[in-house]
Amino acid sequence: MSLTTKFSARSAALALGVSILLAGCAGPNPRDPYEGFNRAMFTFNDTVDTYALKPAATTYRAVLPSFVQTGVNNFFGNLADVWTGVNNLLQGHGEAGLSDMTRFALNSTLGIVGLFDIASEAGLPKHKEDFGQTLGTWGMPSGPYLMLPLLGPSTVRDAVVLPLDVKGDLWSYKEPAYIRNTGTALRIIDQRANLLDASTLLEDAALDRYEFIRDSYLQRRESLIHPDDGTSLQRRRKSEDAAYEAVPASEPAAPVAVSAPSSAAEAPKEVNSVPLAATSVSP
Amino acid sequence: MTFIQRFIGAAGFSLAATLVPLVHSAVPANEAPDALVKRISQEVIDIAKTDKAIQAGDQKKVMDVVENKILPYVDFQRMTALAAGRFWRDASPEQQKALSEQFRTLLIFTYSGALSQIKDETIEFKPLRAEPGDTEVEVRSQVNVARGEPIPLNYRVAKSASGWKIYDINVLGAWLVETYKGTFASEINKGGVDGLIKALTEKNKKLANKPLKPAAK
Repeated sequence: MSLTTKFSARSAALALGVSILLAGCAGPNPRDPYEGFNRAMFTFNDTVDTYALKPAATTYRAVLPSFVQTGVNNFFGNLADVWTGVNNLLQGHGEAGLSDMTRFALNSTLGIVGLFDIASEAGLPKHKEDFGQTLGTWGMPSGPYLMLPLLGPSTVRDAVVLPLDVKGDLWSYKEPAYIRNTGTALRIIDQRANLLDASTLLEDAALDRYEFIRDSYLQRRESLIHPDDGTSLQRRRKSEDAAYEAVPASEPAAPVAVSAPSSAAEAPKEVNSVPLAATSVSP
Repeated sequence: MTFIQRFIGAAGFSLAATLVPLVHSAVPANEAPDALVKRISQEVIDIAKTDKAIQAGDQKKVMDVVENKILPYVDFQRMTALAAGRFWRDASPEQQKALSEQFRTLLIFTYSGALSQIKDETIEFKPLRAEPGDTEVEVRSQVNVARGEPIPLNYRVAKSASGWKIYDINVLGAWLVETYKGTFASEINKGGVDGLIKALTEKNKKLANKPLKPAAK
């Protein structure tokens, strides 16, 4: 009872805080109207990562034997399976939900409090579902992209229900608090350690890391909520290929000549329609 | 933070695996698109796992593999055109050529970085859903990694006069072309097509001077 009151008061405060912070920011991308705010948060997160998280994760990986790291990963992953299972059930994925619950039962007992992921080996694959995905499945749109301090990319919908996801994680009930907090820190470092190789790759691939992460995150999130059964190829072909096919690949010297003037004409038009483009894009 | 980090991590591995697709040895004339992707992936993974120079981060060697085994099966011009979207038609043939070349170089660097990080991943292919007459199909697979969930990795492949060619890659639910589209559009809005070409060229120069980092053990 008091928990629910506290929760709703908190999320109302969060929603209000977010909307105040965001008022006045506007960006050129329709899915990212708060680009100014988001970029500031992105820079902040990056700084924290460079000076604290990444060094900690590097040490963690260098110092601890790999079976310990796997154990840490499995332990927290096991606790998270319960909330994933609840969300699968809420989304009407009965089979997956039951499988998640079975995973938790198996790994908590035979897997020794979750240190070993024997359920995966037994053919019950791990899933990952949160309440934002459940709302998406129910038809609620994600709202604009939102970069959260420390937590990274999200959307307005997912950020508002985030406190519920925190409550859904069993570790958040661990007492006493100092053990809970130490465990949470360990969990974060472990997750960062898994990505040490990947983050250099990302830097290579992206012209603008902020945009690259945003544009892939939003697609990824959408694909988790509405898994693609292959029909997107047909849809895309209709809508987008027109532009490309106007200039056949085999004929690059197509009569599109006079390019300089036409692209020059294009650019100002863009800028006019989005007056803030130039200012808010600068990192 | 966890979500995006997982995402980035997975993207790295899958890029690596992707990039890796392609070795040609005695290519069958009418190879099916899924067979093509499967063969290339397997060959590249095998090279990455056995070649000592690649594991040690020998940049030249890695780029050779990418150039010879993967690139012949990728339609870069189409990829670039789709990423540039409506701006493609307005670009001059020279701009289109320069843009494709720079984008191609950027992807080579990325692929090379990914390739040098392959350790013990395996790839599993899903059944191809396509009609016999289709000229564009989606080949679906997943990369099984030692730690964490499998990474979905899909390819869009189109039939051309010279056989099937890959023109888009999906890592963890995000299409490469779609992901670059936003960046291309904002660079073009800032400095026109030439601005985008310049940004890509500078990025590639930086990457050329940066040593490849082998995978941490």
